[in-house]
Amino acid sequence: MSTVSEPVSLSAPRGADAGLTPKQLADKYGLAVSGARPGLIAYTKQLWARRHFIWAFATARLVAQYTDAKLGQLWQVVTPLLNCAVFYLVFGVILSSKEGFPAHTYIAWLCIGVFVFQFTQNAVQSGTRAISDNLGLIRALHFPRASLPIAFTVIQLQQLLISMVVLVVTVLASGITPGRTWLLIIPALLLQTLFNTGVSLVLARIGAKTSDISQLIPFVMRAWMFLSGVMFSIQDKVSHWPHYIQTLMSLNPATIYMDLLRHAFAPVIYNPHQPVHQSLPPHQWAYGLAWGVGMFVVGYVFFWKAEEEYGRG
Amino acid sequence: MADTDLSKNDILRAPDVAREPTVVVDDVHIVYRVHGAGSGKGSATSALSRIISRKRSAGVREVHAVKGISFTAYKGEAVGLIGSNGSGKSTMLAAIAGLLPTEKGGIYTNGQPSLLGVNAALMNELTGERNVILGCLAMGMTPAQVRARYQEIVDFSGINDKGDFISLPMRTYSSGMGARLRFSIAAAKTHDVLLIDEALATGDQAFQQRSKRRIEELRKSAGTVFLVSHDNNSIREVCERTIWIEAGELIMDGPTEEVVRRYERGERP
Repeated sequence: MSTVSEPVSLSAPRGADAGLTPKQLADKYGLAVSGARPGLIAYTKQLWARRHFIWAFATARLVAQYTDAKLGQLWQVVTPLLNCAVFYLVFGVILSSKEGFPAHTYIAWLCIGVFVFQFTQNAVQSGTRAISDNLGLIRALHFPRASLPIAFTVIQLQQLLISMVVLVVTVLASGITPGRTWLLIIPALLLQTLFNTGVSLVLARIGAKTSDISQLIPFVMRAWMFLSGVMFSIQDKVSHWPHYIQTLMSLNPATIYMDLLRHAFAPVIYNPHQPVHQSLPPHQWAYGLAWGVGMFVVGYVFFWKAEEEYGRG
Repeated sequence: MADTDLSKNDILRAPDVAREPTVVVDDVHIVYRVHGAGSGKGSATSALSRIISRKRSAGVREVHAVKGISFTAYKGEAVGLIGSNGSGKSTMLAAIAGLLPTEKGGIYTNGQPSLLGVNAALMNELTGERNVILGCLAMGMTPAQVRARYQEIVDFSGINDKGDFISLPMRTYSSGMGARLRFSIAAAKTHDVLLIDEALATGDQAFQQRSKRRIEELRKSAGTVFLVSHDNNSIREVCERTIWIEAGELIMDGPTEEVVRRYERGERP
């Protein structure tokens, strides 16, 4: 600066602060590095303060999702029902998977599986796009970014609760009477929601950096669906396989949550006094709890680690 | 400066009073890495050969957008940033907002700065009404506060001046309407540091006047406002201090009148 007509620099600190370097000045007045990631507890507090945002965002998105379709929100229920119909035809009738089940229960078993798996599938898919599809919002306003994947999981949960009505009708129509086990639906769904949130947080971070992942996800989800036994009992098919493969299969979270919900809805399928029945491994609740809590914690910390990077570049 | 009558500007410029800094920019360098800038590197065969040969993608180019800029802004200041297109003004703002990592140097701010840009889309498929509510909730307001401020925000934006547009999806808005609504939402909260990137240019005359008043209010409530604009009259009206950036380097930092005059004449100090 070699100007003659500039008596005082507007930038330099004055008075008591004169002569401080920029860094010293910033430290003295407690200025923080811009865009730095807050600590885990501070972050959680900020996120809790945004709970109304998460809920309102989820509700608004859910309503807007089907505004272009003539049948509107009816599609939320019709799509999984159509899936159920195709699966019933192919796996139940043509491949006769329904033989390992007590009379008339296969269709209920199938529908519960389809709806429950779809809950996780949607959470995975929307989680992958949670950050990359909302860059405008992220760059315009400041809020804890974890709000977005969590809001998308809330959307999936709201959708599931709507389709639950159809599910209950299907279950009742196939001759299953409601019992005390129906109370178990609530904790089972809670655990699955925790698990889905965790997965969604992990994929949101990966999807924000690597857009290639969205090409891979449909394939992974299809493979996962066939390996989880949505339309046939996977336990029956692998019962002659080596023990470690069976153990590995029994750790599959999708199978665990489907088992828990199928048992809660229709305990008759798992009743050992029936001539043909399915078996519910005794550790299923413990595994479900571990997957739910574990995945949520891992996903939350993993997502938070990159908080300052979302929307950059 | 020998006047006995001390106006606000003179107090700010008084050489012996310590002022509270809100933004400290300390020798900042910013480098963009652009992927796929090379020619014809996007084909499947070249991607495959890159993976096999484990070479770093040849298509990455580095753009040194900001080269060692330092300045300090204080409470109650409105600072204009001027310079030709591509000089690094918007990059500087994005970095202050914490949206761009710095290659070297540090940016320290008081609280979380908010960046208001022309391109910052909100949720296009939702109605204006929903955008107002969600935007306010995202900024951390409670539902009660949002209800209390809602009408004020809509009136400020002027969206409903020509009929009930607030209940239409935002994708149906003209670019000016969208920008007005976004500015109104962001300005509803008192920010410690507000960064405005050309956002005023899109509104009509009446809206620009309202915005300038609002910026003045934010400044008086001890905030700091940065304004990037190619409209030198806006800069003159709003800012008392201006920073001139050219090719990523700080050319001049001083009182608006002087800096803008020299910028318009193209005389570098």
